[in-house]
Amino acid sequence: MSLIRLLAVARKEIIHIRRDVRSLFIVVIMPVTLMLLFGYGVSLDLKHLPICVYDQDGSQQSQDMLKRFQASEYFHIERAVNSYSAVSRALDDGSAKMALVIPWDFSRRLRDGAPVSVQALVDATDDNTANILIGYTQAVLQSYSARLQTDWLQQRGQLLQPATVSVETRTWYNEDLESSDFIVPGVLALVMSVIGTFLTSLTIAREWERGSMEQLISTPVTAMEIMLGKLIPYFVLGMFDVAVCAVIAIVWFQVPFRGSFLTLAVSSALFLTVVLALGFFISVAAKNQFAASQIALLVTFLPAFLLSGFLFSIEQMPVFLQWFTYIIPARYFVSVLKDVFLKDTPMAMLSAQLIPLAAFACVLALVAARTFHKRLE
Amino acid sequence: MPEPPCSVVIENLVKRFGSFVAVDHINLAVRKGEVFGFLGPNGAGKSTTIRMLCGLLRPTSGRALVAGIDVARKPEAVRQKIGYMSQKFSLYNDLKVIENLRLFAGLYSVPAGELRGRIDWALEMANLKGQENLITGTLPGGWKQRLALGSAVLHRPPILFLDEPTSGVDPISRRQFWDLIHEMAQEGVTVFVTTHYMEEAEYCNRLALIFRGKMVTLGTPTELKRDSMKGDLLLVECDSLGRAVEALQSAPGVLDAAVFGSALHLVVAGAAEASPRIRSYLAERGIAVRRIEQIRPSLEDVFVSLTAGHGARQEATA
Repeated sequence: MSLIRLLAVARKEIIHIRRDVRSLFIVVIMPVTLMLLFGYGVSLDLKHLPICVYDQDGSQQSQDMLKRFQASEYFHIERAVNSYSAVSRALDDGSAKMALVIPWDFSRRLRDGAPVSVQALVDATDDNTANILIGYTQAVLQSYSARLQTDWLQQRGQLLQPATVSVETRTWYNEDLESSDFIVPGVLALVMSVIGTFLTSLTIAREWERGSMEQLISTPVTAMEIMLGKLIPYFVLGMFDVAVCAVIAIVWFQVPFRGSFLTLAVSSALFLTVVLALGFFISVAAKNQFAASQIALLVTFLPAFLLSGFLFSIEQMPVFLQWFTYIIPARYFVSVLKDVFLKDTPMAMLSAQLIPLAAFACVLALVAARTFHKRLE
Repeated sequence: MPEPPCSVVIENLVKRFGSFVAVDHINLAVRKGEVFGFLGPNGAGKSTTIRMLCGLLRPTSGRALVAGIDVARKPEAVRQKIGYMSQKFSLYNDLKVIENLRLFAGLYSVPAGELRGRIDWALEMANLKGQENLITGTLPGGWKQRLALGSAVLHRPPILFLDEPTSGVDPISRRQFWDLIHEMAQEGVTVFVTTHYMEEAEYCNRLALIFRGKMVTLGTPTELKRDSMKGDLLLVECDSLGRAVEALQSAPGVLDAAVFGSALHLVVAGAAEASPRIRSYLAERGIAVRRIEQIRPSLEDVFVSLTAGHGARQEATA
């Protein structure tokens, strides 16, 4: 290994990056764009869902109940209608996600102490939203009927409260249940995947396409020096982007950072090594920039997006997909990121994530180094 | 005087790509300080040979020694001793002239103390002084070629491999380029150069003619022109060239007849006795001869006559 040759390759690579508008764009603009896009654009919080009501009763009591829906931040009563056909129209055109139908004998039955039910018609095209709506609706109605029960008992001189069990929730790590706290740290993994694999996947393929590889490998520079010389600049850029993303997350999105910066740096360095080696390997294997970039997207960006637990919880995936996620390096990194931002998990307790990451880094770096030969065939 | 040691020795070198034999048992030795030309049409196997000599392709069989080192065994040791210019311009177009030179100086481990001097020397040699900060991609073809040569010799290699270094370059630049090659040869550098330009072949000390992977002949340009033709060469100027060449091809005593520009070149056993016979042979067929004389064959004549025979023989055996 010669430092002079290694530095010569690294210096040339830096010049390529500096003179290529596209790679500058990817390195500088993309992390910021992705952070903002996911920080603002993707929200898993469902609030102010539009509903419509068909109050057949129109009594003091039915209005009293609807006020509870109005008071909840999860619902927004878009409009009141007075026919079933209007209800189905509102659901059809999507102006309401749910319709509440209050029966005409609502107040009478309550007065008589008879059970009464309210109909909820839910647009279940998005099953997740539908489930959440049903849950919220049940919660509102449960508290309403609990209130009715106590009133009813008090009216009859029963001062004793029946024994009840209630839940006192304290949400840890993400106290305000902000989905951006959960998503934004994961964006780092996404950014790294793109910087690492997508950019490096082009470096070797570009040399083959332009014919410069032939001149390069006719010199005494070794395959290892070419690989390291090409990857080191991207490693530095990748770490720089980690810092940029972390600052955006903490300062702009106010995501708490409770872990240690050392853990963040170590895990980022490991994950970067993984994606850089993978990108290099793809580039060596593909020998063509277009194919290389497509493969890079397919094997890193998409898994990092879909199967890393960044947006979609791994525990809720089908079992075979859950097993599959074990070979997705981003899975371990996303897990570390969430812990390092939201919890203060000591580095030792993250070894279950860090060790697989380190193993991936070693294996992929070795594979990349072994596949690159200084030959034309 | 003892023979100078050989810079390049090729023994029974073969390269196959699948069933295609690109290089077919080539043997030759290039002496130190020689400008050795590898002449042949496109696809003859010139580039494949030169790539094997630089360790970029592995020979199917046979052996190549460069500076006394077996290329297939120790390619990296060979690479420090050679400079290589590939057929297609392959420096970095987005780098400045000076950046390309610094890159290759680094790749050849030119020590920091000598860096400035070597780069200055390369710029001087390539006549690119003052153009250091131009982006390489914007340079005219001839300049690029000289820059590529400059980059390949920064480490002062004793052996230089140039693969069609002047293809696509204007004639004046080509001439300048060959002056450079000869300057280097005078300093003791061995230059192994491929070309398909006949006039360039004349600049070489020795030539190997290669055709369909095989070496057809080897010698100095003078030797080739003198010895490789079987018979004398006649230049014939006459009317209706097409009819004349057709008639002469089957004429007695004519070994070969071909149109060269506005005249005919005939290969005959003896010029003195054939000339009057051809004049009357053509006259009998109503073709007037304006001029007929013996000429010295050019390399092109040699090449055409050798490869025509070769090709015909190959076709016959196929």
